Amino acid sequence: MGHYIPSTREEQQQMLDSIGAQSVAALFADVPASVLRTEPLDLPAGKSELEVRQAITEMAGENKVYGTILRGAGAYQHYIPSIVTYITAKEEFVTSYTPYQAELSQGILQSIFEYQTMICDLTGMDESNASLYDGATAAAEAVAMCRDRKRTVALVSATTHPDVINTIRTYCYGAGHELRIVPQQNGQTDLAALQEALTDDVCCFYVQQPNFYGQFEDCQALGEVVHQAGAKYIMGCNPIALAIMKTPAACGADVAVGEGQPLGMPLAYGGPYLGFMAASAAMVRKLPGRIVGETVDADGQRAYVLTLQAREQHIRREKASSNVCSNQALCALTAAVYMSTMGPEGLKQAAVQSMSKAHYFARRLAEIPGVQVQFGDQWFHEFVTTLPVSAEAVLHALDAADILGGYPVEQGILWCVTEVVSKAQLDQAAAIIGEVCASCS
Amino acid sequence: MQLIFEKSRPGRGCTILPVCDVPEVQLPEQLKREQPLPLPELSETDISRHYTALAKRAHGVNDGFYPLGSCTMKYNPRIDEEMAALPGFTGVHPLQPAATVQGCQKVLDTAKAYLCEATGMDDITFQPAAGAHGEFTGLLLIKAYHEARGDLHRNKIIIPDAAHGTNPASAVMAGFTVVTIPSNADGCVDLDALRASVGEDTAGLMLTNPNTVGIFDSNILEITDIIHRAGGLNYYDGANFNAIMGVVRPGDMGFDVVHLNLHKTFATPHGGGGPGSGPVACKEILRPYLPGCAVAGDSAPKLQVKGFYGNFLVVLKALTYMMTLGAEGIREACEGAVLNANYMMSGLRDLYPVAYGQRCMHEFVLSLEQLKKETGVSALDVAKSLIDYGMHPPTMYFPLIVHEALMFEPTETESKETLDEAIAVLRALYELAYSDAEQMHQAPHHAQIKRPDEVQAARHPVLRYQR
Repeated sequence: MGHYIPSTREEQQQMLDSIGAQSVAALFADVPASVLRTEPLDLPAGKSELEVRQAITEMAGENKVYGTILRGAGAYQHYIPSIVTYITAKEEFVTSYTPYQAELSQGILQSIFEYQTMICDLTGMDESNASLYDGATAAAEAVAMCRDRKRTVALVSATTHPDVINTIRTYCYGAGHELRIVPQQNGQTDLAALQEALTDDVCCFYVQQPNFYGQFEDCQALGEVVHQAGAKYIMGCNPIALAIMKTPAACGADVAVGEGQPLGMPLAYGGPYLGFMAASAAMVRKLPGRIVGETVDADGQRAYVLTLQAREQHIRREKASSNVCSNQALCALTAAVYMSTMGPEGLKQAAVQSMSKAHYFARRLAEIPGVQVQFGDQWFHEFVTTLPVSAEAVLHALDAADILGGYPVEQGILWCVTEVVSKAQLDQAAAIIGEVCASCS
Repeated sequence: MQLIFEKSRPGRGCTILPVCDVPEVQLPEQLKREQPLPLPELSETDISRHYTALAKRAHGVNDGFYPLGSCTMKYNPRIDEEMAALPGFTGVHPLQPAATVQGCQKVLDTAKAYLCEATGMDDITFQPAAGAHGEFTGLLLIKAYHEARGDLHRNKIIIPDAAHGTNPASAVMAGFTVVTIPSNADGCVDLDALRASVGEDTAGLMLTNPNTVGIFDSNILEITDIIHRAGGLNYYDGANFNAIMGVVRPGDMGFDVVHLNLHKTFATPHGGGGPGSGPVACKEILRPYLPGCAVAGDSAPKLQVKGFYGNFLVVLKALTYMMTLGAEGIREACEGAVLNANYMMSGLRDLYPVAYGQRCMHEFVLSLEQLKKETGVSALDVAKSLIDYGMHPPTMYFPLIVHEALMFEPTETESKETLDEAIAVLRALYELAYSDAEQMHQAPHHAQIKRPDEVQAARHPVLRYQR
């Protein structure tokens, strides 16, 4: 037999004899005859490994992998150290299930415990869970943590990534609760509008730092206003920026979440990525998903287990804090290996270099007549420029030079620069954009 | 074993990034991080050995038998991993122009064609990241459907008491009230109870078939018909899809929407808990409500359950697997899974009573109630004893309707001799329960650790390294 089935026909017959069944078909006798298939599925025949490799490799060849990427908008190209890829490909990590059986899963459990510690260190928060699906779902789960009987309305800043807003909106729709958008002013959350929106039925306010336009929000001021109104404060953070920027804990956040993809995960057409979540100690029993804790075994040795399971669906069923079962454990491991490899200095360098190169590129673009950097000057590695020509014309010219330009937005283009892009590549891109702007104006 | 933080030495590190080639920009003081960042400082040797040591303290399906019921721990082919690591996929930004991502689109379109045919459905979304996420998504489709018809009072979802815990949790997240119906003496849906529970407030039914005791509910057509007649829709929990793929389709059994666990049925690895992929396939009537992606230009999608398009690389691995198997291989995998489960069950049932039924589908549930009464040896004790034999224990104490339950799902990728060995070990443990129960209460004896103190872990949570 092929296709990963080890039993031979002869062995299968022995097994049928042992069961006392006439045939394999007899094992499906409970399936009503009217729906039992007699014909095979209308699908191609199975293929050899070599044929499948050729077919899939051909599909990969139909994608364009850009030599230079100046686009972020929720997915960021950072350098992935070689060891990260090798460690996370180890079969023991790749092919194990959720570590229900602690006695033979200490390696998985310890790796998650270490990940939780690193997320706490990065965010300054007290406790972390074992991971969620991605940044958008982590944001939506955070909102659900903050809701109570009296306070049900969620506020989200208009400067948040559109996917995050939509995902929160969808989760609110499910729960039957309201979501209100707090407007922006000049690329930042409108503080006065927030103050006005904080009625006594508001459970939380969500802000992204840096926000969708790359701008740093005044997160401490926002947090103070939110807490004065008795609501909870959620911050969605870029994990690379956290190496250098004020932590959500220092800004007063009750829950910190974010998209962990920049921590060692490839762009991969949008997934799998990593939702990280950390909270203040007061909210630990509201955390969704798996959590690993330290304990001792019967011999008194240090050991790790899945813990606080009374929150979870397999115990609480309809009263669970969330339905999360599978998470993104291998992506959490990836993030932990990435952070260990970069170390405190390396991660800081990734942040500083991304920011410095983005600001360099912005200065080069600002030299082009008709190109203006929008909003304030406090931003991380993404920024918006206006253009004297259509975004399409600019992106088309960059594409011809193997450069993926920024993401088109209402005001122009949202650019992103990370540490992997060299000064020479930025100069080349700026020159091309300058030419397009000059020739069209 | 030491934690990675305990191996850290100030001044150690790896050289990863070049010197910055542009002038350095600093954050203003009020935005700067105040605390130091206490990540470990390690050489690459330290990191490599640390994680290699952790890997040796893990047990994956590629390490050994893993009959964890309801989790379908089948072998994870290496070719799937290699294809998902191709730079032509990993290097693609999710917001690239459509013309530059034709390969990714082909992956999704081809996977859609395979999965819609296998489920008997008309369309699919790959956005959900896991099974429970798929349940939530599918239930939102049902909710949006009733609302669009002005049918605003359908707020109840009917769920059998044997269902996976995610079912009721997902229903509540989607804003429904859960109506639990009891199982009958065969472990299947009690038709009278079902008839009595439907009405004008019925939004739908969530069902696993085969159910969680491993039995295919032969009344399935009547069950789905009762729901349809009451104006509800039928949701198929695809966690057990390995038991029927290629043999019978949810779409032909009266289901309107189904989620699949690509990380179970379609051989993608579990990664120590994820990432999975929980695509939701549906009939034409639910197509208008499938989720979209705001940032990719879908204009204000009604529903969006995650960023971008889902766990793309996981879908790619599943596609590699499906193309390898093809029409006949998909059916053979299903038949092999059912044959292996029945063979293993028949080798054990004279000692360990089977909870329900004469035959099973892809998994079976044993009740150790009698053994516990006679020897004091519990399902937990037997499960922990298996660890000493290099086997991952089965699912314990689930479903809740069976006392002292052990749920085995051997899958089709295990050989007859692996099953024979497991049967022999379980039979020997049965004897041991009567001769030396104490030894089993203390098991495992040769594992990485002895039994952990879970009560202390929950009562005094230590969830991070204390410096």
